[in-house]
Amino acid sequence: MNIVVNNKWIGQRTIRPDGVDKVTGRAAFAADTAMPGMIWGKVLRSPHPHARIRSIDTSRAEALPGVKAVVTSRDIVDFPIEKSVMLGIQDMRWMCRNVMARDKALFPGHPVAAVAATTEAIAARACELIEVDYEVLPWSIEIDDAIKPDAPILHEFNKFEGKPSNIVGTLEHKKGDIEQGFKQADVVIERTFTTRPVHQGYIEPHACLISVAADGKTTIWSSSQGQFMVRAMTAYLTGIPQSDIRAIPAEIGGGFGGKTIVYLEPLATLLAKKSGRPVKMVMTREEVMRATGPTSGSKSTVKIGAKKDGTIVAAQGTFYLQAGAFPGSPIRGAAGCSFAPYDIPNVLSVGFDVCSNRSKVAAYRAPGAPIGAYAVECVLDEVAESLKMDPLDFRLKNAAKQGTKAAHGPVFPRIGYVETVEAARNHPHYSAPLGKLQGRGVASGFWFNAGGESSAQVNITEDGNVVVTTGHPDIGGSRAGIANVCAELLGIDYRRVSVIIGDTQTVGFSNLTGGSRVLFASAMVVTQATEKVINTLRERAAKIWEIDPEAVKWENGAAHPASPNAGQFEPLTLEDLAEKAPMQGGPIGAGVQLNTQGAEGGFGTHICDVEVDIELGIARVIRYTAVQDVGRAVHPGYVEGQLQGGVAQGIGWALNEEYIYRSDGKVDNPGFLDYRMPVCSDLPMIDTVLVEVPNPKHPQGVKGVGEVPLVPVMAAVANAIYRAVGKRFYALPMSPPKVLEGLETPPLQQAAE
Amino acid sequence: MTDIRYVAPQTLDEAVGAYAAAGSAARILAGGTDLLVQMRSGAVKPGLIVDIKKIRELTAIDELSGGSFRVGAAVPGAVLAEHPRFGKVWPGVLESVNLIGSTQVQGRASAGGNLCNASPAGDSVPAMIAAGAVVTVQGPDGRRELDVEDVPAGPGRTNLKPGEILVSFTLPPRPPGSSDAYLRMIPRTEMDIAVVGCGVSLTLKGGVCTHARVGLGAVAPTALLIEPAAQALIGSRLDDAAINAAANACRAACRPIDDKRGTIAYRTQIAGVLLKRTAKIAAERAQGK
Repeated sequence: MNIVVNNKWIGQRTIRPDGVDKVTGRAAFAADTAMPGMIWGKVLRSPHPHARIRSIDTSRAEALPGVKAVVTSRDIVDFPIEKSVMLGIQDMRWMCRNVMARDKALFPGHPVAAVAATTEAIAARACELIEVDYEVLPWSIEIDDAIKPDAPILHEFNKFEGKPSNIVGTLEHKKGDIEQGFKQADVVIERTFTTRPVHQGYIEPHACLISVAADGKTTIWSSSQGQFMVRAMTAYLTGIPQSDIRAIPAEIGGGFGGKTIVYLEPLATLLAKKSGRPVKMVMTREEVMRATGPTSGSKSTVKIGAKKDGTIVAAQGTFYLQAGAFPGSPIRGAAGCSFAPYDIPNVLSVGFDVCSNRSKVAAYRAPGAPIGAYAVECVLDEVAESLKMDPLDFRLKNAAKQGTKAAHGPVFPRIGYVETVEAARNHPHYSAPLGKLQGRGVASGFWFNAGGESSAQVNITEDGNVVVTTGHPDIGGSRAGIANVCAELLGIDYRRVSVIIGDTQTVGFSNLTGGSRVLFASAMVVTQATEKVINTLRERAAKIWEIDPEAVKWENGAAHPASPNAGQFEPLTLEDLAEKAPMQGGPIGAGVQLNTQGAEGGFGTHICDVEVDIELGIARVIRYTAVQDVGRAVHPGYVEGQLQGGVAQGIGWALNEEYIYRSDGKVDNPGFLDYRMPVCSDLPMIDTVLVEVPNPKHPQGVKGVGEVPLVPVMAAVANAIYRAVGKRFYALPMSPPKVLEGLETPPLQQAAE
Repeated sequence: MTDIRYVAPQTLDEAVGAYAAAGSAARILAGGTDLLVQMRSGAVKPGLIVDIKKIRELTAIDELSGGSFRVGAAVPGAVLAEHPRFGKVWPGVLESVNLIGSTQVQGRASAGGNLCNASPAGDSVPAMIAAGAVVTVQGPDGRRELDVEDVPAGPGRTNLKPGEILVSFTLPPRPPGSSDAYLRMIPRTEMDIAVVGCGVSLTLKGGVCTHARVGLGAVAPTALLIEPAAQALIGSRLDDAAINAAANACRAACRPIDDKRGTIAYRTQIAGVLLKRTAKIAAERAQGK
């Protein structure tokens, strides 16, 4: 494969194809859809954190005028506990119990029944008429409570070390000999950190409209990060074959990983099937906050040992993550990513997946990695300080590079981590003067990035323009990136390339939008499909000119003789060849389907300045620079947007965002007023530096960029706060009451040995 | 579903009549920035909504001959901000009213609604208390006046009698050397609710404080008038000792709760910090700085 150089469109800040619709309000989100005869679905949710469901009586609800259907767990396909059925990262055993509680309700907000009625108000009233006989059980939410020997057990069948336990999974990455490693160390620092659950905070609540025809043919309009995931999960949970389900992706108002899972679609499908009417369901913000996946809260202990010269000789991490009601917290990201930027000979990194009575976690931007990096990067800061080394020099000295074997397995190919640290060190931000009560912190981060299945179809229209159909919902500007790639290859104006996202029955299987995989994978399939189209165009020109196709080259949107030897012919443009297509072999187009490989991990290094109001305990980020190896920025504007968005979310996680629980086990802040994501005025302009070390395994050099920028942020903010006030904080969020409380207690003694 | 009746009378008498007749099922609509949110969340289900924005007295801002201001209860924050004189005389009250919600909300939200919503954290209430505002209310038994600090009775409850409607705020005349200020602590910079709010109004003569009032919000079930804090300031040159004494008086008056927005210890500490900062701003303004 050749890296494309001298680009006309790749690297350009083209106008996004979906831009006009978004700014004028024409873009159709799932909640904008309507159908004749449509009725409304509502979910009855458990008020208890933990309760056995003895019985459910829906008769009064069914008798209410206007009610058209009621479903309970009896209507959902049961996946027995004994056998795991995986769909992507989700296990259908847990999915079938998460969309509708079976024998037990496991968190406040857990669905126990759903109703469809002619109005939302009647559906809500009908929910109140459903009688559920609960046996309320003891519960636990926090990790420390859930792993106590006498903790109430969510899943009695699960055993850990031979006993029923809420520890539902473990993961271990090991390299070298950890004990020997620490023996070589001159400095060893060990710290314990906690983080609170945080929500992805997408603005658009989950929504869908579903119609089931009399013959079973089902159409789903919904907001998700993967129409094929919606189709497959709905098929599994309702028993309808996938070939009968057409899942149409709506425009999406944010996902950040949280829409890689279904909540409403199976329920609305069953309600539509039972009632014979199209059923619409839209969550309230409160439902989103109570019952859809935030990411894990965590408790991590990290120990790092280094020699006097700054060489890290050993590192150990233990990461406990809250899974919520069902197994599946992102321990792989926490244990696997956190030490990856460093070449450390002896590593032991262990993750524990802990169930407790809160909503099941869903993916959130580099799942688990920010949690692990927060602990590791804060300890690194302390080690560097005790060695009297600049924190970036310390990272550079230990940086992973080509040939480094990471603790989680791979030997790195050409990577750009060193370049990110050097770019940060050389950035004017790093040497800018600081004022009183201001401090500067740095941190790095890694994310795996994913490849996987993608399909695309490239069709030449009769007037010589291009339609590209891909299978991935666009959550970060991928349509603009694809238009740039296709226009580049065809040598035409990018505005002649229309990129659309197909539904499940019109484009080949494409795995969901996640893992920072979309532009990597879809640019690959679109490149191959476009190359096929170009070959067809060359063959058509060769036939017209009566020369060998090898003697035809494609340049600037037209076929040309490859050399004067091939003959003297006027170029045949894309329009010319499209016009002649009916007489020259028919339609021009190509589809490609691949299981893409070669998505290499991504690295970033961040610089954060804060200023602390020590009387109020408020830490404000006053300057921020995110440096990242982005492979190749096909559309720099959207790459920068990804970096800025990730940083904004990380600042929220660091400073104010958290799920707050009441003493009865319910979330006390299920809305954006008291769940404090940053607003614009909380943030400085977030500067970005795009380091481009092209991915040699990708035709355009693309690496995933969307998730890395969240990974370093919390540590960068924490390290900056320490430099501003001389006090280290080991728990997130560093909200004003906690910062003030911390400043009033004397700083901890350094435990450096 | 119960039906909701909506009326928008042109006169206060009609409004009081309709409101009183409907009893507890009725709600007053000024800007609606609290009421509509509460209705959407299902917290309230009014049978009757009485929109008071069509009544002149409730939407007027009048500077009276003696120098006092009368501000209609339904005057939106944005309209108050556009008044050529009000913000010059009462910059603290204006900044507190303008902190209610976003720019869009400011086009609707009123100080009257903020007071009657009776949240302990309402931004305009401590500033109005510091200003010494008196409210006029009208009900089936006629008109009466109350000090603004006597209106809230507890979270979500007021001392207005059944059928009574808040008509206007009257702010007293200002001697030379007077000004005011309002500050609140919020974790973010916008779109948030006060964890503590502090209003200070004072008058300086030759550098000596001759009059002061202090209002605190979000530290007790209702916004409070802190008389000991005012007493600590009056007669002083606003030196550190006086300011610290006033800050301590504020802390001593706090009766907050631990909740998702702040702890008892945090709120108590912050009340004093805000007093110091707010008094400093008010003093600078009073001295024309």
